[in-house]
Amino acid sequence: MQPLLSVGNLSIGFGAGEPVVRDVSFQVNPGETLALVGESGSGKTVTCRAVLRILPRAARIHSGTVRLNGSNGVQELTTLSERQMRNVRGNTISMIFQEPMRSLSPLHRIGNQVSEVLWLHGRTREAAARKEVLECFERVGFPDPERAYKSYPFELSGGMRQRAMIAMAMVAKPDLLIADEPTTALDVTTQAQVLGLMKELQRDTGMAMILVTHDLGVVANMAEQVVVMHKGQVMESGAAEPLLRSPAHAYTQQLFDAAPAIPANPVNAPELPLDDLILQMKSVSKTYSMRAGKSWKAETKIHACRGVDFSLQRGKTLAIVGESGSGKTTAARIALGAELPDEGGEVLFRATSQSNPIGVHHMSRAARTAFQREAQMVFQDPYSSLSPRMRILDALVEPLDIHGIGSKLERRDQAADMLRLVGLDPDMLQRYPHAFSGGQRQRLSIARALMLDPSLLVCDEPTSALDVSVQEQILQLLEDIRDRKNLSYLFISHDLAVVARIADEVAVMRAGLVVEQAPPDTLFHNPKHPYTKALIAAQPEPDIDRPIDLKLVALGAGSPESWPDHFRFSDTEIPSLVQVEPGHKVRCHV
Amino acid sequence: MEILRYAIYRFGTMLLTLLVVSVMVFAIINLPPGDYLSNQIAELRASGQSAGVAKAEFLRTEYALDRPLYQQYLIWVGFIPGPHGFSGLIQGNFGWSFEFDQPVAEIVGDSLWLTVLVNLAAVLFVYLVALPLGVIAAARSRTWVDYTSAFVGYLGLATPNFLLALILFYYGHKYFDLPIGGLMDPIYEGEPLSWDKTKSILIHLIVPTFVIGTSGAAAMMQRLRANLLDELGKPYVETAVAKGMAPARMLTKYPLRMAFNPFVADIGNLLPSMVSGSVLVSVVLGLQTIGPTLLTALKTQDLFLSAFVLMFVALLTLMGTMISDVLLVLLDPRIRYEGRET
Repeated sequence: MQPLLSVGNLSIGFGAGEPVVRDVSFQVNPGETLALVGESGSGKTVTCRAVLRILPRAARIHSGTVRLNGSNGVQELTTLSERQMRNVRGNTISMIFQEPMRSLSPLHRIGNQVSEVLWLHGRTREAAARKEVLECFERVGFPDPERAYKSYPFELSGGMRQRAMIAMAMVAKPDLLIADEPTTALDVTTQAQVLGLMKELQRDTGMAMILVTHDLGVVANMAEQVVVMHKGQVMESGAAEPLLRSPAHAYTQQLFDAAPAIPANPVNAPELPLDDLILQMKSVSKTYSMRAGKSWKAETKIHACRGVDFSLQRGKTLAIVGESGSGKTTAARIALGAELPDEGGEVLFRATSQSNPIGVHHMSRAARTAFQREAQMVFQDPYSSLSPRMRILDALVEPLDIHGIGSKLERRDQAADMLRLVGLDPDMLQRYPHAFSGGQRQRLSIARALMLDPSLLVCDEPTSALDVSVQEQILQLLEDIRDRKNLSYLFISHDLAVVARIADEVAVMRAGLVVEQAPPDTLFHNPKHPYTKALIAAQPEPDIDRPIDLKLVALGAGSPESWPDHFRFSDTEIPSLVQVEPGHKVRCHV
Repeated sequence: MEILRYAIYRFGTMLLTLLVVSVMVFAIINLPPGDYLSNQIAELRASGQSAGVAKAEFLRTEYALDRPLYQQYLIWVGFIPGPHGFSGLIQGNFGWSFEFDQPVAEIVGDSLWLTVLVNLAAVLFVYLVALPLGVIAAARSRTWVDYTSAFVGYLGLATPNFLLALILFYYGHKYFDLPIGGLMDPIYEGEPLSWDKTKSILIHLIVPTFVIGTSGAAAMMQRLRANLLDELGKPYVETAVAKGMAPARMLTKYPLRMAFNPFVADIGNLLPSMVSGSVLVSVVLGLQTIGPTLLTALKTQDLFLSAFVLMFVALLTLMGTMISDVLLVLLDPRIRYEGRET
């Protein structure tokens, strides 16, 4: 079989610098999916953009060939004129981008943006294009294609926007689809559905696909061929199955080891003791009222949290898992006292086993200052949570300055100690944040949070902006520090696999409610709630024998109204959490 | 329909704002102690001209200046009857100018329309010049085109308007036989509008438009360029390129639409800054606009004249913001459908 696309010895560089992609070769066969796997900086994105020649201005293809053997005969893409190239783009080869939120123009209707592909390539007249686009919308799963045609992107959810992007890429029936991290910005259940859709479309149309991703789980579910890239070079390539079962290259093996996974054969875990609680949230609710755009309409109430009860045992980790909008971050903000709960909710904190519990939201000024020393936060994005204009030393000692602790010399010593604790060199104190990698910055954030010697650390998705191998190191570090300093963590994440590794207890949230709560092993061994089941089923595992179960995902990922009867809840009627076995609670009607 | 309702709603708020502005204008003009008439009466008394004093006293009661301030205000706007029944702004009576000893309507008369004309021309100039230059500068950023336009733009920003006016008059007259000063040939003044008069006004408009508009155009161009450059880095631009769009078509359909919002929103700010900014230019160029009149009226505490001119400028501003608001709603669906249920 003739390959559809052969990339040969491709080298790409920025300006006069060293090439960022060196000697990359791979082939894509018709109807097959090739996964381009790598961490950030591996050159996978530059490589796939080079195929369409939509590189940033400064980048140049130094050498190599990109041969397309599509419906228009054999073409050498690197030597085509810009005008000929435009004919290839969107027509023979189309592309899906990472961020569906920002990859569509907010000012044009979806239908216009999608059918434009057809007019551009002179395929059809406008009226006929509309019909074709509507068919395509139906195919990618819009419940009401006519309505979608007239919608603006901001009126659709993230998953629907990505469907619109897919429709845009598919409508001209290309020979090859390049998808650059198409599901990274989506929630895990949405990701599963979008991946399922892409696979189905591929089966129907017989197009080939290049899937650029960092997620081995996605690879295991989608690809026939795999190319592993690292620092601009191909480390390993070949058919997916043998490669995923027994990676030959050490780097691939390393990626596999770092990828967190839900344990394959979990058993029920013993119930967690609850005798020394550091943090207790009692029936905490938070309602935001959103002003409607028109002044004569009533305000809409948004229930960010509804009757949340948590107990965190000293020295343990409680993880809150949920998709965007589930209320997990609001719960954490309330726990930290950054937000007031609705009337009736209470948050109790005990700094040490002996001290009396204090109400986080009813403190004197002095008590609040003391509380702030005890409870610190690690943020999601290490790039924006450190001031680029402050030296590391200043960023680290700032909390000590604020609380007036120690002399200047002592503060400095403590900062140096803290850097050592998080695995960095004290010589780095004089540097600015830009001199550090993402993983190093997250270490710095942790060091900063630990400067005041807190007893409770709230981690808000601390690893979701990091590469897998770096994520692994940060999780390791967090575990080490917890055990060494007897810290307690409130750990917020959307990723069950990460939670499986670090948490002692997991609370699954959906629409502001905790729907299921148990130690992780129990939760994975015996999930009761349809939503939990959907989350587990949707998690892409780097194990080729455990594909995503789309049926289970569909059962629980929808709105609560679509769940089986005894799990349903509405605004007025909410079932309570029921203990089904020791330490395992589920929200259902008994 | 949505848009019509919004326009009506916006018009309503504009009227409300105008009402508040009128209160403030009236209060502020009355803040300094004394008014035109009492100053004059004191002066006449000192020089012993009793006939003049009588006339001034007469005017005082005639225009209700002897009543409490709030009544004066209500009479001026036309909410309550004055000495001659309802006769205020709402009824179309703009009051009496003591300084010029004429009705306000007669003094401002033509200059109102000329002001609107000059400023509209200048705004049009700003947009016509800034739009293509800004787009070209952004599309060819960091090339000689960009640098040249930036250089010329900064020159335009930095040159004092009246200096530019003098230079243009000199060279315009020398090489193109452009007229110097005024807004029309003196022979047409007071004449009814005719084709020749229009032609004369248009020719006279060239230099003032250029002078008043240059700095605005330069600033606007730089703003558009910066906005457009921001937009060019956005992912949806990449999407459009990956579809196979040609650069020019892509640029005008997507990023330009996005960069257009601040461009449109500026209409409201542009008008008042031009009216007040062009006072000096009007004096230098001898334009019969409302700016110089305002200056005199404020200096002599000519109550009704200055109040009227200030109200007129406020009206221009509010109309400008209203137009830009309605245009924005038309242009940007995100504003249009804000709060709409999805």
